[in-house]
Order: sequence, then C-alpha cells, then structure tokens
Amino acid sequence: MRPLNVFSHAQAKWIGVALIAIALIGLPFALASAGTAWVRIANLAILFVFLSLGLNIVVGFAGLLDLGYVAFYAVGAYAYALLASPHFNLHLPPWVILPIGALVACLFGVLLGAPTLKLRGDYLAIVTLGFGEIVRIFLNNLSQPVNITNGPQGISRIDPFHLGAFSFNRTETAFGLVFSGPIKYYYLLLALLLLAIVINLRLQHSRIGRAWEAVREDEVAARAMGINTTRIKLLAFAMGASFGGVAGGMFAAIQGFISPESFVLVESVMVLSMVVLGGMGNVWGVVLGAVLLSFVPELLRYTVEPLQKSLFGKSIIEPEVIRMLLFGLALVLMMLYRPAGLLPSAVRKRELLQPKRSAP
Amino acid sequence: MSAVLLGCTGLDKRFGGVLALAEVGFSINRGEIYGLIGPNGAGKTTLFNALTGIYASDAGGFSFAGEALAGLRPDQIAARGIARTFQNIRLFGNLSALDNVMIGRHVRTRAGVFGAVLRTRAMRIEEAAIEKRARELLEYVGIAARANDVARQLPYGDQRRLEIARALATEPKLLALDEPAAGMNATETLELKKLLQRVRADGTTILLIEHDMKLVMELCDRVLVLDYGRRIAEGPPREVQRDARVIEAYLGVAGAA
Repeated sequence: MRPLNVFSHAQAKWIGVALIAIALIGLPFALASAGTAWVRIANLAILFVFLSLGLNIVVGFAGLLDLGYVAFYAVGAYAYALLASPHFNLHLPPWVILPIGALVACLFGVLLGAPTLKLRGDYLAIVTLGFGEIVRIFLNNLSQPVNITNGPQGISRIDPFHLGAFSFNRTETAFGLVFSGPIKYYYLLLALLLLAIVINLRLQHSRIGRAWEAVREDEVAARAMGINTTRIKLLAFAMGASFGGVAGGMFAAIQGFISPESFVLVESVMVLSMVVLGGMGNVWGVVLGAVLLSFVPELLRYTVEPLQKSLFGKSIIEPEVIRMLLFGLALVLMMLYRPAGLLPSAVRKRELLQPKRSAP
Repeated sequence: MSAVLLGCTGLDKRFGGVLALAEVGFSINRGEIYGLIGPNGAGKTTLFNALTGIYASDAGGFSFAGEALAGLRPDQIAARGIARTFQNIRLFGNLSALDNVMIGRHVRTRAGVFGAVLRTRAMRIEEAAIEKRARELLEYVGIAARANDVARQLPYGDQRRLEIARALATEPKLLALDEPAAGMNATETLELKKLLQRVRADGTTILLIEHDMKLVMELCDRVLVLDYGRRIAEGPPREVQRDARVIEAYLGVAGAA
C-alpha cells in the first residue's frame, strides 16, 4: 500500500529536520517574551541534555552504572572557575579552558575507572557514588592550608564566556532583534549540543561503539573476540567524563558563581534519571528524557502555585513538594509501563526483557 | 615454519583440591583437525579456558606459533590468532547476526575514537570493509539470509554457525570449537562437518571438542583422550577407538559392574 502523502520519506525527514531547526532557533525569543528566566531555564536544560549524553556513553553504551557522574561536572566547573576568575587572578580565554576542563575531567575519569573497572553492576555503582561524594568533599575542604577552591563559599565573579572582545554576557541588538546574554548563551549551548549529539551518534555506530555493545552483552565473549575490555571500558569512562567537564565549564561561565553545593549526589541521580527515563543507549531518547526532566519541574513550579491560589485562595502544598511527588509518580508509572524508557534503543529493550545470564 | 602450530607441555590446572588437568601435553600440526574427547568432567573445557587465557594454568602451558602464551590476556591471545566458540553458546544475543560478526573484526581493525568522531576517509573505508567481510562470513557458514535477525532468536543450529562465523572473523590460525555439534540433528551435523572441512581446506587449523563420536571419527586426523584431567591416549581415531584405556574410561571395566 502506498502512503497517501505527497512527500517521499526522505523529503519528509528533511522537512521535519528543517522545522525543528527553525523552532529551536526561534525558541529563545518566544521564551524571552515570557521572561528572561525562561531562557535561563532553557539554557540549563540544554546543559543537562549535554550531561545526559555524556553519561549515556558510560551507562547506555558501555553498560557501566555510574552514580558519581556529577564529580566530572564539578571538576570541569572548577577548572573553568580557577582559570578564569579573580580567585587566582587568572583570566585564560574560555576556548582554551574548555578543552583543559575536558582533559582534566577525562583524567579524573581514568583515575576513577582504572582501579574500579574490575567491579560490576551494584559494586561499581557504590564505588562511583563514593567517588562523587569524595570530589565534592574535597572541593568543600580544599581552602586550607592552601586556599585552592575557596571551600563552601565557592568561587564568584567567574569570567563569562567570550571570544576575544565578543562577550556572551552583554545585551546586543542586531537585525532589529535584542540579543540578551542568556539568548547568546542559548545559541552557543545549542551549537555545543549539536556537536555532542553528532559525537554520540558517530561513536555508537563505529568499531568502538560495537565494542562497547559487546562488553555490555557478554564480557567473556567480548574478550575472547579480542576486545581489551579494560581499555574499552576506560575509554567509555574517559569520554563520558570529558562531556561532564565541558558541561561543567559552561555552567561556571553562565552562572558566574559556583560552590560545592551545586554538585551534590542528587544531581548525579537527576542526570541518571534523564538517561533512564529517555531510554538508555538511544541518543534521541536521552535527549527527550533530559528535556522533559529539565522543563516539566520548572513548568510545575510556575503553574502549581497560581493554580492552588485560584482554586483554594491560598497555597496548601508547597510547589517543591508537589514536584517531588509527581516526579516519584512519573518514575513509578514508567517502571510499570515503559521499563526500558520512553524511546529505548531496540537492543536495550531486548536486553531488559531477557533474564540475566550467569558468569562463565 | 615449523609443522607444529600449538604445543602444550606439562599443563596443570587446580581448582582447590581438584586437579582438573594434570601434566597434559600434546601438539597440533598446522592444517590438522585435532580432536579432544573424554567423558564428562574430563577437563576438556578447562583446557580450552586455559588455552584462551580465561584461566591461568598452575604449571606448564602453551606455545603457539613458537611463542609462549603464558600470562597473556584473552584478547591478546585472540590477537595472536586463536579464536574459540563456547560450549553453552555465548553470542551477543540481543545484537543482529551481522553485528556479532562485525564485532569479531574488532581485533583486526584499527579505527579509534578520533576516526569514529571525525568519520575520516580511512575509517569509512575500514567500516565498509568490516561489513563486507562480515557478510561474506555469514554467507560462508550459510546463514547470509539471517544477517539482520537478532542472534538470540536464531534457530539453535544457526547460532552455532554464527559463533563459528564470529570466530572466523578474527582471522584465526587456530579455531577452537567447544562441542559445535551439541544439540544438532543428523542433517545439521553433516552440514557442520562439510563446513569444518572447508575451513580446514582454506588454511585454518582446528581444535575440536566433541561428543558426537561419528563426527570425531570422520573429521579428525588425530585425537587426544582425556580422563580425570589426564591424557590417556592420543593418535588417529581408529587406533584410539581400540585403545583399552579409552574403552575403559567410556564404558568401565568389563565385569566391574
């Protein structure tokens, strides 16, 4: 049976891509009309999508459960903050710092991975969880004897992202449109995100991606096929960590202020939830999961309170409480009806429906 | 080039108080189909695991193409040219048949992260070659039509063939098969026999664990018999078949029961 629409499949696909692109380009202006706060929310959402894509390499592709992912985000953020703030009076250009942040985070990834990759499943999760906490506690306490991180006070007045004299913090007018700081950041983050998606997709469909799949499916067989499983798992950790490092650097640049409080366990759990909700191993699923979990809570924050006021005349339940309630409900519903995520990869879906296999 | 491809001398493997392999020694010549038989629990699979680096031996060891294999990891051993299949099939069950064989090409290909991310010309050429070779191998073992099927959902016999195709993808000098005919019917076994003869004719030496005696007798040039981890006989199948100790190991001593 022939489809009735006038466009061929390929044409329809390109029209779809074009529409999404136009929507994404126009989005910040639409959001700005509702308030600059919404543009900032969108920026944070993109940052979280970016983070989720990094974690997806570790959890989704290589199948290693990492509960301390926020540590790499923290390392990237502090790398940026220390190299571009009055704290050490260093002001390196951001395009130099971001790669440094990625590299340092990558190094931390290897540092965590090398001793722990003999562990599997729950055990690996526990060690990574500990690692995340250790990094945060270090950041909290490295203010003496030598003040490196400035402790719980955090680091403030971090340089905004800039390319030469072009700062992403200033409002500018061009083509009759007002480009506020957050809107400029939005486009920068969108470009970075696009890059992240391309890297994710290309890695997945490569020799390396297949090796990750093999390790996830059956480590013994993978080794017998000549895959150096330790190295390939370390590579996943390092790649994921670099993504975290870049995201952290951008976070520091946008916020202008960071402290250890921004890098608590809940953040790791949040990013992991985004990956799991969307569908581990499927890039588009992860993007969807991250967008939903970033935006929906904010939407609730702005709707629940007025709704209660108009219904009961006063606020009965705190929006924060309702947020967490609904969040829990969503997770339960998901476990019941879509255990493999909203948009799972075909392979991952089959894995989740199959009983675990025993060790050699 | 010496005629001996794989040598094994004084191989011991202990699990706690159990001596699973005791002073096992043999050698396999290039181009041979070498059988490894013995009653259940004789140590055949243990020997495979020691050969492919999954277990470390307690004494003795292997030399392959003139190089000692002691201390090498399984992936290094695969890189040296030994590929294996598993008694209880270990395919990447949720991946397609084609992906399984493509993963087998890993050890003979190079592309790394940068090649993958940048889609370099060299990477694209390599990737195309990997897929081409994988499809050829599926054709070779006779399951080309199944390329896109999920490995776990293939019929049993096809899963065994797929495992062989995946092992062949690593370009082994020695192909070690752990009970490839297990669970196959007579027709499938006959096809397997033809396949293995072809593999050998194309230049790959084969080490075969098998319980199907008819297949062993028809296929193998020489056979090693293990019982309780010890070598009890070796030689051409016809001779081994008549060996009193072999008969005793399989059937017990006459009048003992």
